[in-house]
Amino acid sequence: MSVEAGWETVIGLEVHCELATKTKLFCACPNAFGDEPNTNVCPVCLGLPGSLPVINAQAVELAMRIGTALHCAIRPSSFARKNYFYPDQAKDYQISQYDQPINADGWLSLPDGTVVGVTRAHMEEDTGKLTHVGASGRINSAHHALVDYNRSGVPLVEIVSEPDIRSAAQARAYASELRGILVATGASDGRMEEGSMRIDANVSVRPVGAAEFGTRCEIKNLNSLRSLGRAIEYEVARQIALIDAGEVVRQETRHWDEAAGRTESMRSKEEANDYRYFPEPDLVPLVPDAAWQERVRVEMGPMPADRRAELRQALGGSPSEAEVDQIRAVVDLGLDSLVLAGVAAGAPAPLALARASNEVAAEGEAGLALPAEAFAALLALEGSGALSATQSKAVLHELVERGGGDPAALAKEMGFEALGADSLAAVVAEVIAARPDEWKRYVEGDDKLGGLFTGAVMKATKGQANGKDVAAELRRLRG
Amino acid sequence: MSTAREVAAAVRSGARSAREVTEAALAEVAGRDGELHAFLEVLGGEALGQADAVDAAIARGEDPGPLAGVPIALKDNLCTRGIPTTCASKILEGWRPPYDATVVELLRAAGAIALGKTNMDEFAMGSSTENSAFGPTRNPHGLDRVPGGSSGGSAAAVAAGFVPLGLGSDTGGSIRQPAALCGVVGMKPTYGRVSRYGLVAFASSLDQIGPFARNVEDAALLFDVLAHHDPCDTTSLRHEAPPTLDTVAAGVEGVRVGVCPDLIEGCAPDVAARVYEAAEVLRAAGAEVEEIKVPEFAYGLSAYYLIAPAEASSNLARYDGVRYGLRVDAEDAAGMNTATRTAGFGAEVKRRIMLGTYALSAGYYDAYYAQAQRVRTMVVEAFGRAYASVDVLLGATAPTTAFALGDKVDDPMAMYMNDICTIPSNLAGHPAVSVPFGAGADGLPVGVQVLAPALHEALLFRVARAVEAGAPQTAWSA
Amino acid sequence: MSGTEEPGRAESSGPGQLSRSDVIHVANLARLALSEEEVDRFTAQLRTVLAHAADVAALDLSHLAPMAHPLPVENVLRPDEPQPCLDRAEVLAAAPAVEDHRFRVPRIGSEPA
Repeated sequence: MSVEAGWETVIGLEVHCELATKTKLFCACPNAFGDEPNTNVCPVCLGLPGSLPVINAQAVELAMRIGTALHCAIRPSSFARKNYFYPDQAKDYQISQYDQPINADGWLSLPDGTVVGVTRAHMEEDTGKLTHVGASGRINSAHHALVDYNRSGVPLVEIVSEPDIRSAAQARAYASELRGILVATGASDGRMEEGSMRIDANVSVRPVGAAEFGTRCEIKNLNSLRSLGRAIEYEVARQIALIDAGEVVRQETRHWDEAAGRTESMRSKEEANDYRYFPEPDLVPLVPDAAWQERVRVEMGPMPADRRAELRQALGGSPSEAEVDQIRAVVDLGLDSLVLAGVAAGAPAPLALARASNEVAAEGEAGLALPAEAFAALLALEGSGALSATQSKAVLHELVERGGGDPAALAKEMGFEALGADSLAAVVAEVIAARPDEWKRYVEGDDKLGGLFTGAVMKATKGQANGKDVAAELRRLRG
Repeated sequence: MSTAREVAAAVRSGARSAREVTEAALAEVAGRDGELHAFLEVLGGEALGQADAVDAAIARGEDPGPLAGVPIALKDNLCTRGIPTTCASKILEGWRPPYDATVVELLRAAGAIALGKTNMDEFAMGSSTENSAFGPTRNPHGLDRVPGGSSGGSAAAVAAGFVPLGLGSDTGGSIRQPAALCGVVGMKPTYGRVSRYGLVAFASSLDQIGPFARNVEDAALLFDVLAHHDPCDTTSLRHEAPPTLDTVAAGVEGVRVGVCPDLIEGCAPDVAARVYEAAEVLRAAGAEVEEIKVPEFAYGLSAYYLIAPAEASSNLARYDGVRYGLRVDAEDAAGMNTATRTAGFGAEVKRRIMLGTYALSAGYYDAYYAQAQRVRTMVVEAFGRAYASVDVLLGATAPTTAFALGDKVDDPMAMYMNDICTIPSNLAGHPAVSVPFGAGADGLPVGVQVLAPALHEALLFRVARAVEAGAPQTAWSA
Repeated sequence: MSGTEEPGRAESSGPGQLSRSDVIHVANLARLALSEEEVDRFTAQLRTVLAHAADVAALDLSHLAPMAHPLPVENVLRPDEPQPCLDRAEVLAAAPAVEDHRFRVPRIGSEPA
C-alpha cells in the first residue's frame, strides 16, 4: 500500500519484551505462561500489605544484554513508582524506571541501511491479566472483569525507539530485527502470540519537507508483525484523510481491531494521568561496574548482525542475492554455527549454506538438534563427490531423524556406495560403447547429447554417480 | 513484675512452664484490658498452643530460645498468618494475612509467645492512638489520658504489666513517644537493622520496627533477637553486630554526651527539667556532658510531613477493594475503589493521603517532595557535624506528658507537634531510645531520649542503661 | 523528575495556595469521595500544614542532593531460583469476590492512560 504523495510517515515504536527468567522481577514466583490462574503468586506480586520487592539478578543480566546488543550506554540506574489505579496493577503502582533507566542512547540498523535510534531500554514489572466478561469480551461492553495475577511482576524491558521509522515496512523490519536480537541474547523466547513481545506504535504524518512533527496517535498492543504493518497503514491513511478534509488529528490512544481492520479511539477520561513518579524507597540503585558489563558482553556472544557478517565473510565477502536471503534465514533459525562448523571442516561454504537453509531448515525443531560434527562430515562426503546431491539429502534427513550418527556408515547402510573414479570410468565406457553413433555426433559437437549419456550413466549406477563427475568424464573422453 | 530475662530464665530452667506464664498473662488481660483497650485481638488458643510447643521443646532437651515463654504484644500492623491484622482500620477489618512478618518468625524461633495484636492509630498515622477505627487505648497511668501513638496499644500493654515485651513501629516517633507517655522503654533501631518484611508500610524510607520493655536490658535482649539481615527486604542491612546485651552494663566513663537544646526548648518546662537532670546523672556516672546545638532539626517536622504522607499515599493505594479487605460495590471498578476507600479510611488517613498526593503531583514535586528530601540530606549532615564532637545526643522525647483524650483531635497541626523531638532520627535513619525518667508536674511519666549515630545501638543502650540507673524512683520504675 | 507524562490539568495554583479545586482534584487522583463540608475542612487543614512547609520550600538547598536512602547500599539482588508460591485457596479466601479462580471486579470503565 503506498502512502499518498506529498506525505511523510513518522513512526516510533515502544516494544515491551517479557524476559525469559525462571522467576519474576521482584519475587521468586515462577515466570511461566499458561499455568492455572493465580497459582504463581505470593505476597509480593499480589501486593499484599507488608510485602517488599527484591530484584532478580538474572533480569538485570538480560536487561544489560539487551542494552549491549542495542549499542546503548549502560548506566547506574534506579527504580521509580508509577502511580495509577487499575485492577491488574496489584499495588496500584508499577515499579518501573523513570529518570535513570539502565540502558540509554542506543541504535539498531535495519537491513535497508536505516539506523533507528533507541532512546532507552528500561526495566519494569508486568501487570496481571484482565479478562472482560460480557457481550463481546471487549472492554466497552463488558459486564464485569476477572483478574489473574500470574503475570503480575513478570520482568519486562521496555524498548523505546526514536521516531526515525518512516514506513510500515520499516516498522516491521525494526520489529523483526529486534525480535531476532531478543532471541539471540536469550532475553526472550520471542513468542509474540504468547505476549512475549508487545508493540505500541506512535504514528504521525507530515507534509514532505516539513520541519515539525505532526500530532501523533499511539496504537496499543500490536501482537504480530502483520498487525503492526496493517495498523500503521490504516492509521496513516486515516490521519491523511482527516487532514485533507481540513480536520485536525487528535492526540489520543487507539486500539487496533484486527477483525475490522481499523484503529478505534479508546474512550478514556479527558484528564491525562498524573503518575506522580517518585524514587522507589523499597529498592536501592543498580550500579553495574565495568567488570560486570564486560562479563555480560562476553557471555552474550555475537548478535545476529555480527553472525550474518561472519557468514558473509565465509562466503568470500560478496554473497549473491539468494545467498543474502539464505544467510538471513540461517541466522534467524540459529543454524549459523552449523554452517560455520561445516566450513571449518573443509566443506565449500555455498554448499554448507544451501544445505542448512534448505534441507536442515525444513526439518524444523529436529533440524536444530543436528550435531555439527555429523553435518560437517556429511558435507565433506558430498563436497568430495563421494555422495551425490540426492544421496546427501537423503542421508541428511536420516541423520536428523536419528538425532545424529556417522554419515559414512549411514550412507553404506542406505546402499549409497561412493562410486569410485575407476568404477565411474568403466560405466561411462560401457554406456559409450553401447551408443557408437550418438557418441560420434557428441564428439563432433552435438552438446545436447551430453544429457543422454549422463542420464544413461545415472540410470546404470542407480543414481550413485555424481552428475558433475559424469560430465567431467564425458568431456575428458571427448577431448 | 518479672523482667523478660527473668521469665525466660525461669522457663528455660523449668522453674516455670511457658503455659503457666501464658495463662497468667491472659488472665491479667482478661481482667484489666476492658478499660484500657490495649488489645484488638487476644490470641488465647494460639498463645497456649505456642506455649505448649515451647514446654515440649524443653522437655525434649532442646534449646527453646532466648525469649522462651515470654509473652509479647504485637502492634496490629505486623502480619500474623491466619490472625486478623487490621492496622486499626475498617478497610482491613478481619483480614487474615497468608504469611507471617519476618520479625514474627524470629520471635517464634526465639520461643516468645505472641499474646495478642495491639491497638494503634490507623495505618500508624497519629500520636495518640485516637485515630484507631476501633476506639482509643487509654494510658494505664491515667485513664482519661492518651497512651501516645501510633504504637499506643503495645506501650500500654507493657506499661500495664500484661506483657514484659512489646513490638511497635516508629516512623516519626511512634515507638518512642508512646513509650515516654506510658513510662516504659521504647527504641527505634538504625533504618535497615530490623526487617520490614511483613510490616504494613506507612512511609517506606522511615518505618522501623522496634522493642518496648519496662527496662533497658529487656529492650536490648529483644532488639538482639530482631536485628538480623533479611533477604526478603532489600533495605535490610548486611552489617551483623555483636549482641548489644553483652555491653549494656559497661557504663559511660568517657562517653561524650551532647545535650541538645533544639530537642528540649520546644517542650514543657517540667519535661525540660527532667532532661537536664538526666544529663547530670550521666555526668555523675563519668560521661563528658556538654551542650550542642543542631538548629537544622527545626526543619525536620515540615520535611517529615511532606515525605511521610507522600510515601503513604502510594503505599495505601493498594487498598482498593479488589484483592482483600473491605469492598463497597459500585457500577464500575473505579467507582468501587472510591466507595471502598471513602468508607474504609478514617479522616487522618484521608488527610495524609491527600497531602501526600498533592506533594507528589505534577508541578509540585520539586517544591515539596524533592525539597523535603534535600532537607533530609541537610539533617544527616547536621547530625554528622554534631557527632564529630560528641558520641551521643540527649534530649526530650515528647514535648509534654500524656495529654487528655480528645484534646488535640480537632487540630492536626497541634497533634503533629508531638513529633518534633523524634522526627530527626527517622529522617536520618539513626537509632534512638526513650528511657523513663521521673514524672512531670502532673505526676505522669516523662521519657528522655538518647540518640546515637547509625549502627551504634550498643552505645545507645549503654547510655540508656546509665540514664535508667540514675532515674528518680517512681511507681513504674524498672 | 516532573512527576507526569502528559500535563493535562486546566488550572494550577502555586505551592502554598492550595485551593478547593486542588483538594477535589487530589481526592479524585486518590480515589476518595469528599462531601462539600469535608472539602472545606480538609482545604483549611491542609493549608495550615502547607503553610508550615513553606519554611522548607523557601530554603535554598540547591547545593544538596535529595536523599532517597538513609544508608548507601547498592546492587542488592537475589538469585533467579523459584520458591514455593502461596496456596491459591488461602489467597482467594481473602478476596471480596471470586469467579473462575480469579478476582472478580465490576466492569472497568476505561483503559489506563
